[in-house]
Amino acid sequence: MSEKNVQELERKSIQYRKKILSIIKAANSGHTGGSLSAVDILNVLYNEVLNVSPDTFQDLNRDRYIQSKGHSVEVLYVVLADRGFYDEADLDTLNQYQSHFIGHPTRKVNGVEQNTGALGHGLPIAVGTALAAKKDGRSYRVFTLLGDGELEEGSNWEASMSAAHYQLDNLTVIIDYNKLQISGPVETVTGITNLKEKFTAFGYAVREVDGNSIEDLLEVFSHLPFESGKPNLILAHTTKGKGVSFIENQVNWHHHVPTDAEFSIAMEELDAAKLALGERNGTW
Amino acid sequence: MEPGKPNLVVFAETLQALAQSDKEILVVTSDSRGSGKLEPFAKALPEQLVEVGIAEQNLVGISAGLAASGKKVFGVSPACFLTARGLEQIKNDVAYSDNLVKLVGISAGVSYGALGTTHHSLHDFAALQAINNIDIVVPADNFETQKVIETAVSHPKPLYIRFGKKAMPHLHQPDTPFEIGKAITLSEGADVTFIAIGETVAEAVEASQLLAQQRIAAGVISMHTLKPLDKEAVLKAALFTKALITVEEHSVYGGLGSTVASLLMDAQVYLPFKAVGFPDEYTVTGSQTEIFSHYGISPDGLAETAQQLLTGVLTA
Repeated sequence: MSEKNVQELERKSIQYRKKILSIIKAANSGHTGGSLSAVDILNVLYNEVLNVSPDTFQDLNRDRYIQSKGHSVEVLYVVLADRGFYDEADLDTLNQYQSHFIGHPTRKVNGVEQNTGALGHGLPIAVGTALAAKKDGRSYRVFTLLGDGELEEGSNWEASMSAAHYQLDNLTVIIDYNKLQISGPVETVTGITNLKEKFTAFGYAVREVDGNSIEDLLEVFSHLPFESGKPNLILAHTTKGKGVSFIENQVNWHHHVPTDAEFSIAMEELDAAKLALGERNGTW
Repeated sequence: MEPGKPNLVVFAETLQALAQSDKEILVVTSDSRGSGKLEPFAKALPEQLVEVGIAEQNLVGISAGLAASGKKVFGVSPACFLTARGLEQIKNDVAYSDNLVKLVGISAGVSYGALGTTHHSLHDFAALQAINNIDIVVPADNFETQKVIETAVSHPKPLYIRFGKKAMPHLHQPDTPFEIGKAITLSEGADVTFIAIGETVAEAVEASQLLAQQRIAAGVISMHTLKPLDKEAVLKAALFTKALITVEEHSVYGGLGSTVASLLMDAQVYLPFKAVGFPDEYTVTGSQTEIFSHYGISPDGLAETAQQLLTGVLTA
């Protein structure tokens, strides 16, 4: 991946963040912090990693992305629009009466693999999907994104045991490790710690990355599978609310909707970041 | 009635025969292959059995993923665990996501007898009926079991199939038409009709024979499909008989009885009616047969209920 392409993706991330805030603002509801933390992960997945497009979405051999942390639906809808699964204008209907753009991922929206939203559901489904590939000798890969707070749901650990048992090296679990959940820091809520050790003990091949670094994400995905016969786990250290100074690392921004003033400042900050990116690279 | 096998055995045999020639069929078990009589299946078709361990949420989620990838999936686990532990997965991953899993609740109702409430499923009709996009079928005998398993493979909706483990008498001829959503009328009776489901149908048949000796004409309908309910069969019975009795191995709340009652009221059809099932109390200890008898789900008990219901009706 050339430096220019990395910069293009970084620019995309800023665009995605602006759009996420815009649709949350318009809908007057949404999960702001968690959507912003996962932007770079979905950006790299959909633009560089996943073998899927609107044309191949019904193809049995497409790569699958199942978003288990369904509440961060805005990032998924924005990225799918950018990838051409539907018109960006459709996003204006988010959460509106009779819209099929529901506040959690739904298969009524083109490009969405599974209906999610209740936590701890994506990983078991992803395990079944990856197991089917193994049974059929198909080469597709399955990716699922989980929140760190979500790991409190026991079903994740049930599914992890199956993933290792069936040696699903075609499965990649990504943890959006932003360290915050709705009640406060994850560590203070349940003491979710030593995740690398926990997942390693459950049989995953684990890698840790900066989940808000396009370069790091491109690098880590290029090494899949990490180890033959083991499911892959990427512990992606992220910042909740990434990209806007006053949203970053703030518990109350879990599902806070920006006021007019906050929205203006956020747009200014993101525009400035884009400008800085252009200046840094001497382009745009 | 000719004695038959446990529906559980017929299920396992039927599924193995189907899976032998259709490699897309998979069975998913939660340490339940023994209780599901699936050891022969596991031995003959090891690649078509997925074991997930004692983890019912996982069983339903993995089944959903397999079904989404084109597999014909039968998720098999005791009904008590499958439909309580795995309820959110059934609601979201199977029904809401429209993944065509066939969930099979084995040793259902009070089949586990004296093992107690933890192992009973008297809530599953109520819980699953209230969920959109999942059909519910409860076969009464070996014939219905075989038919529903064969039909399930290509059924266009998520499905919950539920049965017990004791040997059941044969109720039908092999050429009886079977269709999900279409009740089977075993006999017609001008005085009273039993609308029964699952393993209670055989009890109702015997009750109708006892009533015949007392010159009470009792009909029996096997309402094998709880959802979608065969409304036509219910309303037809209500027109041609003087009283209706529903019988089920389930709480009286939210099962066949309350669904039929609600249908009748909505249709403004009023007639003597009794819903026989499990009252809202700690279930008595005993074998399945003893528990059935305790709650009046027995030939004598049902005949007596019919007589009481008809008191004043027949002479009027």
